[in-house]
Amino acid sequence: MYEIIAFYLFSALTIGLFLVTVMSKNVLYAMTSLAAGMVLISGFFFVLGADFLGVVQLIVYVGAVMALYSFAMMFFDATRDIKEKNTNSALVFLLGGLSALVLVLMFAAPIHSDAIHALYPMHVGVGNAQDVGIVLFTKYLVPFEVAAVMLLVAMIAGIILAGKKMDKSLTKDTSIDDEILVLKDEK
Amino acid sequence: METTLIENLPEVGAVGVIIKAVLILAVISAIAGFGTFIERKVLAFMQRRLGPMHVGPYGLLQIAADGIKLFTKEDIIPQNANKFIFMVAPVITAATAFIALSSVPVFPDFTIPSWIPLLGDTFVPSIASDLNIGILFVLGMMAAGLYGPLLAGMSQANKWGIIGAARTAVQFLSYEVVTGLSILAPIMLVGSLSFVEFNNYQAGGISNWLIWQQPLAFVLFLIAGFAETNRTPFDLLEHEAEVVSGYATEYSGMRWGMFFIGEYANMITVSVIASVVFLGGYDVVGVYGWLFIIAKIAFFFFLMLWVRAAWPHVRPDQLMWLCWKVLMPLAVVNVLITAIVMMV
Repeated sequence: MYEIIAFYLFSALTIGLFLVTVMSKNVLYAMTSLAAGMVLISGFFFVLGADFLGVVQLIVYVGAVMALYSFAMMFFDATRDIKEKNTNSALVFLLGGLSALVLVLMFAAPIHSDAIHALYPMHVGVGNAQDVGIVLFTKYLVPFEVAAVMLLVAMIAGIILAGKKMDKSLTKDTSIDDEILVLKDEK
Repeated sequence: METTLIENLPEVGAVGVIIKAVLILAVISAIAGFGTFIERKVLAFMQRRLGPMHVGPYGLLQIAADGIKLFTKEDIIPQNANKFIFMVAPVITAATAFIALSSVPVFPDFTIPSWIPLLGDTFVPSIASDLNIGILFVLGMMAAGLYGPLLAGMSQANKWGIIGAARTAVQFLSYEVVTGLSILAPIMLVGSLSFVEFNNYQAGGISNWLIWQQPLAFVLFLIAGFAETNRTPFDLLEHEAEVVSGYATEYSGMRWGMFFIGEYANMITVSVIASVVFLGGYDVVGVYGWLFIIAKIAFFFFLMLWVRAAWPHVRPDQLMWLCWKVLMPLAVVNVLITAIVMMV
C-alpha cells in the first residue's frame, strides 16, 4: 500500500521535474529540477529494497550535477532567461517523438514475456552491498575493470590538461603586471 | 537506559517513528539555538571576554532574544533575484540536515509509559530509520545539503553570492573525496555500513575503539568534516573578511536562520558519526552508554568551537592544496595499507 503510494508519488514528481528540465528557459530552474529529479530517482531504489544502489544514485548524481552547476555559473547569468534558437522545430519534434516511442516500446516489451526472472536474486539476510559486490566481482568482472581503467585514463588526461601551469603560482605571477605597465606607457 | 541489540527490540511502529522524528526536530532545533549561545560564550572565554551577559542571568536568555529577532525580522527578497529558488534554498539546507539525522542514533530508545493516553506503550527507536547502509546515506544527505548554499548564491543576483556559490561547488567537490576515502578504511575493517555494526564491533572497552587502529582516518575525517560543515578553518563560503557574507549576503530573518539551524544540525551529525565510527559509540561500562555518547558528541561540538577560536581562515588555494596534494594521497595510502594488512 505504502509502496504503491510512494511509487506513484515519485513517478509523478520525477516526470514533472524532468519536464521542467527540458522546457524551462532559465538555467537555474533547469539545473535545479534536474538535481531534484536525480535525487528522487533514488527513491525508486529504496522502494524496491535496493538501499545500496539508492544511496549510490544519490551520492553520484549530487556530485555530478554540482559539477554541471559550476559550468552554468561560468557561462550564463543564472537569474535571466536564455534566448534559445530553435531553427527546425518540425525535425526536433519528429526525432524526439521517434526516440521516445522506441524507448517506450523497449521498456514495455517485458510485459508480454513470461521468461523474465532475476538472474541474481537478492539473498535474504545478506546486505545489499555484499550482493552488488558479488555480482560485480564474478559475472561482471571484466566490464567493471575496463570501466575502472577508462576512468583512470580520463583522470590522468584531465590532470595533464589542467595541470600544465600548476607549478606556477597565480598570485606570484608578475608577467601580467608588465603588460599593464606597457599599456599605461602607451597611453 | 541500555541500548539493546536489534534482535531483542520491540517492533517499531509508524507512530514510534513519527514521535522520534518530532523529537529530533524539536531537540536538535533547540540545541542549534543553544549552540549559538555556547559558541559565543566559548569564543569569549578563549579571547578573555565575557560574551553575552545582559539578557537574563549570565546572558542565558540571549537565545530567546535572538529567536524573537530572527522570527520577527522582515523577510527581504531582492528585486532581481530568482525568487522561487531564492526562497527554496534555505529550506534545502535545513531539511537535508534533519533527513541526515534520521538515520543516525541520536537519543537512546525508550517505551512511552502506559498511563499516558493514546500513545501509551509505543516504542520509540534510537534510530528513526535504521538503514543497513546508514553511513553512506548520512554522507549522501549531507552532500545534498550543500545545494542550499549553492542555489542561494546563484539565485540572489549578487556578486558576493556568486563567489560564495562557486566556492561551495569547489569545496564540496574536493572534500567529498576525502570524506569518502577516509571513512572507507574503518568500513573495510568492520565490513558493514550500519551504525549498529560499528557500535558492536567496538564493544568491550576503550582499547577496542577504532581510533587506535585508524588514527590517520580519524584525523582526515575530522578535517573533511570541518570542510563539509563550513566550520572555521574552511568557512570560505561566507568568509566575512573577504566576501561580505558569501552565499548568505542577501538573506535576512528566518530564511537566514534556516541556514544557521542546518549548519548546527550538520555539526551534530558529524559529531555523531565521529563518535560512533571512531570512539566506540554507546559502548562504555553498563547502563550509562547513552550518557557517554552525549559526552563524546559534546566534546566534538566543543572541538569545533575550540578550532574556530584557535585557527585563522585558510585561503582558497591553500584549501585546494591541502585537499588534493596532502589529504587525498594520505587517505589513499591509508586505504591501501589497511587492505594489505587485512589480506595478510
